[in-house]
Amino acid sequence: MSSAIETQTLRKTTLNALHRRLGAKMVDFGGWDMPVEYPTSGGLMKEHLAVRTGVGMFDVSHMGDILIRGPEALAATQWVSMNDASKLQENQAHYSALLYPEGTFVDDVIVHKLGQNDYLLVINAGTREKDYGWVKKNVSRFHCHATDVGDYYTQIAIQGPKAEVTLQKLTNVDLSQIKNYWFRHGTVCGLPNTMIARTGYTAEDGFEIYVPSDVATSERVWSDVTETGKEFGIVPCGLGARNTLRLEGRMALYGHEISDSINVWEAGLDRFCKIDKGDFIGRAALERAKAEGLKRTLVGLEAVERGIPRDGYKVLDSSGNEIGYVSSGSYAPFLKKNIALAYVPPSHAAIGHEVLVEIRGQNVKCEVVPTPFYKRTRKA
Amino acid sequence: MAYPKDYKYTKEHEWIQVSGKTALVGITDHAQQSLGDIVFVELPKMGTELVAGKSFGTVESVKAVSELYAPASGNVTAINQSLSAAPEQINQDANKAWMVKIELSNPDQLKGLLSADDYEKYVAEEN
Repeated sequence: MSSAIETQTLRKTTLNALHRRLGAKMVDFGGWDMPVEYPTSGGLMKEHLAVRTGVGMFDVSHMGDILIRGPEALAATQWVSMNDASKLQENQAHYSALLYPEGTFVDDVIVHKLGQNDYLLVINAGTREKDYGWVKKNVSRFHCHATDVGDYYTQIAIQGPKAEVTLQKLTNVDLSQIKNYWFRHGTVCGLPNTMIARTGYTAEDGFEIYVPSDVATSERVWSDVTETGKEFGIVPCGLGARNTLRLEGRMALYGHEISDSINVWEAGLDRFCKIDKGDFIGRAALERAKAEGLKRTLVGLEAVERGIPRDGYKVLDSSGNEIGYVSSGSYAPFLKKNIALAYVPPSHAAIGHEVLVEIRGQNVKCEVVPTPFYKRTRKA
Repeated sequence: MAYPKDYKYTKEHEWIQVSGKTALVGITDHAQQSLGDIVFVELPKMGTELVAGKSFGTVESVKAVSELYAPASGNVTAINQSLSAAPEQINQDANKAWMVKIELSNPDQLKGLLSADDYEKYVAEEN
């Protein structure tokens, strides 16, 4: 009975009814009622492979969006995020993060430069309120305004090597001219001024489109993409495939690889943290942490014995002493291996180093391997 | 079709097909559907004594781990080795993809299990 009450309080995207009509298996993800997989169109494994070899589409409207707008929007964005937003050109985006003064994560974000005084931060679903509160508070000393625009958009991700050819049939924008992590505005499915970003969370080529969040429009766009992608084998994809795809690509997930108790250096996100760009929240602590040296670091593991290392499992050294934990682990549907990301001391982080993962009382041998586990081959 | 009439079922979603003193054990079609794509099965060694109601192994899909519970007590006399290399057989036909064969040590335990009709009702109520 309690579950019925909980269901009522879960938040829904405008495509919720459509997912249910498609027979999706739904789960509570960070307070959102979201599809985890669509068994009727083949399920998680098929969804994952469709994105690697063809095209898949995801409802990612649960993601949040914060607009920072005003004469000091750049200074404010610089202060609350770790990457160097001054390097962004109009219509360009980059991966970044909001940090606590301790150098740990409020959340990871994609910062889009919409215009001279106009930055859009795309944030995680489970941290929307926290992020918005954090940004609003910390940009208040700048001449700008932070607005939560998360509910304005239905965000659909179209991902895979056939994403471009699919979406191209629905827009007047020349997609071949949009580079990775750039975006444009144009007509999509007859909707003018729609944002099309060459971004994603699958380690594959693809786009994310931002359409008005009314049910009729959202469902129409979804079905237009579905129809158009048919010839390329498009399937709707849920959070299950989203997770295994991002894991193969070693992309961080909040609450797993990054959190309020993990710092930037530990997470290995150094190249997105521009410590010399000027002051920003978390910088001083990160400088201290760098001087002190790493206590743990994120590594890729591959099971060499039978067993799937999963989130939260203990990592042991070869003598059986606990040295760390798995932050994310799964069977990898494309690589057909059992892989994990894990936090271990730097002394155990060398490629080829052998560790054990305790899987329900059994110690399973795993090897430290290079990451990302999967890297797409880019067009020349 | 989903639940053969000559099998017995547990509330933990295993089936048991008895012939004389031996029996095959697997998981139900409902179980494989809830799990999704099965990628890993861990089964006991030959000669292991299964105890009714106790875990004897695990089955894992991409996103979940599920324990296997013995429908009845007995000694493991055969293991379906082919599941190790091709666990997707369970998704394809859960009723045929037996996991272990056991020599029943207490056939009376079978009386406590569900019939196909009762199991089907149980699953419907559970949803």
